[in-house]
Amino acid sequence: MSANNGTPAIEVRGLDKQFGPIHAVRNISFSVNHGEVLGFLGPNGAGKSTTMKMITGFLEPTDGTVLVNGHDVMTDPISVKASIGYLPEGAPGYAEMTVIRFLEFVAEIRGLEGAEKQQRIDKVVDQIHLDGVLEQTIDTLSKGFKRRVGVAQALLHDPDVLIMDEPTDGLDPNQKHEVRSLIKEMAENKAIVISTHILEEVDAVCSRAIIIAAGQILFDGTPAELRAQSEINDYDDAFRTITSRFYTSQGEAGQS
Amino acid sequence: MNKNIKAILKRELYGYFHTPVAYVFIIIFLFLTGIFSFYLGAFYERGQADLEPFFRFHPWLYLFLIPAIAMRLWSEERKTGTIELLMTLPISTTDAVLGKFLAAWCFTAIALALTFPMWITVNYLGEPDNTVIIAGYIGSLLMAGGFLAIGSCISALSKSQVIAFVISVVICFLFILSGFPLVLDFFQGWAPQALVEVISSLSFLTHFDSINKGVIDLRDVIYYLVLISFWLYANVVVIDTRKAD
Ligand SMILES: Nc1ncnc2c1ncn2[C@@H]1O[C@H](COP(=O)(O)OP(=O)(O)OP(=O)(O)O)[C@@H](O)[C@H]1O
Ligand SMILES: [Mg+2]
Repeated sequence: MSANNGTPAIEVRGLDKQFGPIHAVRNISFSVNHGEVLGFLGPNGAGKSTTMKMITGFLEPTDGTVLVNGHDVMTDPISVKASIGYLPEGAPGYAEMTVIRFLEFVAEIRGLEGAEKQQRIDKVVDQIHLDGVLEQTIDTLSKGFKRRVGVAQALLHDPDVLIMDEPTDGLDPNQKHEVRSLIKEMAENKAIVISTHILEEVDAVCSRAIIIAAGQILFDGTPAELRAQSEINDYDDAFRTITSRFYTSQGEAGQS
Repeated sequence: MNKNIKAILKRELYGYFHTPVAYVFIIIFLFLTGIFSFYLGAFYERGQADLEPFFRFHPWLYLFLIPAIAMRLWSEERKTGTIELLMTLPISTTDAVLGKFLAAWCFTAIALALTFPMWITVNYLGEPDNTVIIAGYIGSLLMAGGFLAIGSCISALSKSQVIAFVISVVICFLFILSGFPLVLDFFQGWAPQALVEVISSLSFLTHFDSINKGVIDLRDVIYYLVLISFWLYANVVVIDTRKAD
């Protein structure tokens, strides 16, 4: 893990992604520093997941660059992947594996061995409260537990950069609260990016928010600045104001 | 073998043995090898102590059984989205492809090893040339590797295991067919001799038969290794370009 030496943890420059006729991400740029928690907001199909997939090296950008701790994801994908903990959208996991075997597998690939491996697994199992389901196979888990296993897997190697696509989707209120506290706790020395549709989450954990729609950045600022966009000082209202202003200017029917 | 390949190999083998796939495959494989050698191959009636009738049917068994174990290698990862998890771990595509291929190959080796009662039987009934039998096993395993490499590459092309299975069977069939006298006769009439030889030399059967006679010719081994490398390389390219589609 590289030290916090002034270079941004994540630097996205002119990122662009086209899927045939669909222009999913259009020339977006931003950077995230250590100590920041960035909330990635936007309507369905805005390009949030696509952007995350490009940062984590799963998708190849059509154009633009991504640097993670100074490593270019195109030329040095292994270093980038080693410093990121990633929860993909929908928290995929190997159906036939038990939770503990799955965590062991990820830990091994992450280069953890022996006592250290055991200690890290124990730690995340404790943090995410998985002790009750360790011997259960992933396909028999409830949706919320499946998501929690996905979060646990992303934390195993104590990554420097954490990218989570809808980490609290499907969690019960207690677990939502736990995961948010965890994110806040870890924020101090990590760079964290989460996408979410729950705007109260922005208030609860994020130090910064970006709203994207149709692949473009519409807003980039602090939660307070976001709320100030609303006449009634409300996040949901601010989100609606910003996105509907955009869609109106695009001449499309407003979606929210 | 690096530790990433080992971790993936372990996970895949775990996957085989924690789903019905492994047991269904092994039972069907053992059952069919038995049927084929005893009935079609006239194992007893020949009055010879060897495993020739047993090995003779392996290409045909593999034609259907190997694509069935290879089809899940990548199709399933793509369908369930675990490929996104796997390919954002700090491993190279080559490691992932090799780990999965080796797991499937180990699995086939286990199934093949479980046919040992056949070997014991011929040794009990007569005095076979055991070096020929060992060569037969090695040839069979190499051929299985060839089929598996094709199946693995094809499974990377589709999210549907059924489609992967059907296409793999067809391609494997072509690789068997190209050594068949019928096919070669067809070309013999008009095609240049060199081409006929190339076609015949691409066949699984040609190389399998020659190993089966008890001589492990380096050329046959190289043939299989080149074939496997070629298809696994194609597999890496397919994953790199199409993993997210
Ligand atoms: N593999 C793909 N092939 C074609 N189009 C795709 C592909 N993946 C995403 N898209 C398209 O790209 C656009 C952005 O999708 P993306 O998943 O990034 O949205 P999102 O912001 O994460 O939405 P949500 O809030 O629903 O998760 C959508 O129009 C989607 O249909
Ligand atoms: Mg998404």
